[in-house]
Amino acid sequence: MAWQWFHRLGSPRWFYQKSSAWLPWLGGAGLILLLVGCVWGLGFAPEDAKQGNSYRIMYIHVPAAFLALAGYYIMAICGAIGLIWKMKLSFVVMRAAAPIGAALTFISLFTGAVWGKPTWGTYWVWDARITSMLILFFLYLGVMALSGAFSREQSADKASALLALVGTVNIPIIYKSVDWWFTLHQPATLKLTEASTIDPSMFYPLITMIAGFYLFYAWVLTLHTRSLILQREWRTQWVRELLGQSSVATGSTR
Amino acid sequence: MHPARKQRLILVTLLVALSSAAAGFVTYAMRSNMDYFYAPSAFVAGEVPFEKRIRAGGCVVPGSVVRDQDSLDVRFALTDGNAELEVVFDKILPDLFAEGEAAVVTGKLQKDGYVRADQVLAKHDESYTPPEVAETMQNKASCGGDAKI
Repeated sequence: MAWQWFHRLGSPRWFYQKSSAWLPWLGGAGLILLLVGCVWGLGFAPEDAKQGNSYRIMYIHVPAAFLALAGYYIMAICGAIGLIWKMKLSFVVMRAAAPIGAALTFISLFTGAVWGKPTWGTYWVWDARITSMLILFFLYLGVMALSGAFSREQSADKASALLALVGTVNIPIIYKSVDWWFTLHQPATLKLTEASTIDPSMFYPLITMIAGFYLFYAWVLTLHTRSLILQREWRTQWVRELLGQSSVATGSTR
Repeated sequence: MHPARKQRLILVTLLVALSSAAAGFVTYAMRSNMDYFYAPSAFVAGEVPFEKRIRAGGCVVPGSVVRDQDSLDVRFALTDGNAELEVVFDKILPDLFAEGEAAVVTGKLQKDGYVRADQVLAKHDESYTPPEVAETMQNKASCGGDAKI
């Protein structure tokens, strides 16, 4: 009995119907926070004493990197739940998370390169932080490739879940790389256990952007999961009814 | 929990634990190769080969930056709090290069014990402050005397 809610959560149909109510809230709140954070960070936060205005790339770079790492855990945990409980929806969320995570990893690598040129004097170095982040990008691409490489959906789900799970070892390595080894990349500015080394006037827009990225991530993940559900379940009665209704409603003809 | 699910849960946990352990051993075995640069102490201890392209990193010793009158050469010393290493460079320094700030240089260790660099990168620290706040902090050097670079 205690597991009933958990199994109901695994139903793609239940998720599809419930999540349509979440979308405007996630998307609306996310976009408002991103807009406020951007204007605040780019327009009103003071410039940095050493780096001048170039430090403002942080307001994209840091949240994108945060979500690239957190998104990997979401993908891997969904893969584990799918493997253990044979839950269809969990695999769908795992597949939906892969391209979003890859895009966020690319954004953090790209903005890091753009930021590196004016501060370090180079776009790219092979230090532990940047290299492990590049490996994360390849892991995301690997999960995407594996999930499309099988003709049987179940095989694809299992294989990509296994790769996602094995790849989780990279996340703590990325996170701790700047402490374990000499790197060109700076150590963490936002710290969990001690005071962050960033002025409050720069910190508040950053935390706004991070919150905005989280909501935006949830919004995009839900949207992508919904579209994958429709693709996978197109044979089922409820999807046929849903699509039949909407094609009548929009008046589309074949 | 259903026995079959419990078994799969154990298998998944084992998979993650064992692959993490494997990756942990590999990174531990390669730990010194994962460093992007040598600290000045490693040069003094003789751990760095001569005439091979290597990287050195540390804090630029305040007052050590000297420009040559007859050439483009600029000389400075890097420190990690324990040892100092002299560097000679003949190209343009990055904007954020400054005394009391960290830098990473690529070059070859010469027999005379200094590094002739062909690239100098500035390494900024993790603190972000507006100019007014930085002024009241009395122009505090970000890495001076700190052993951790």
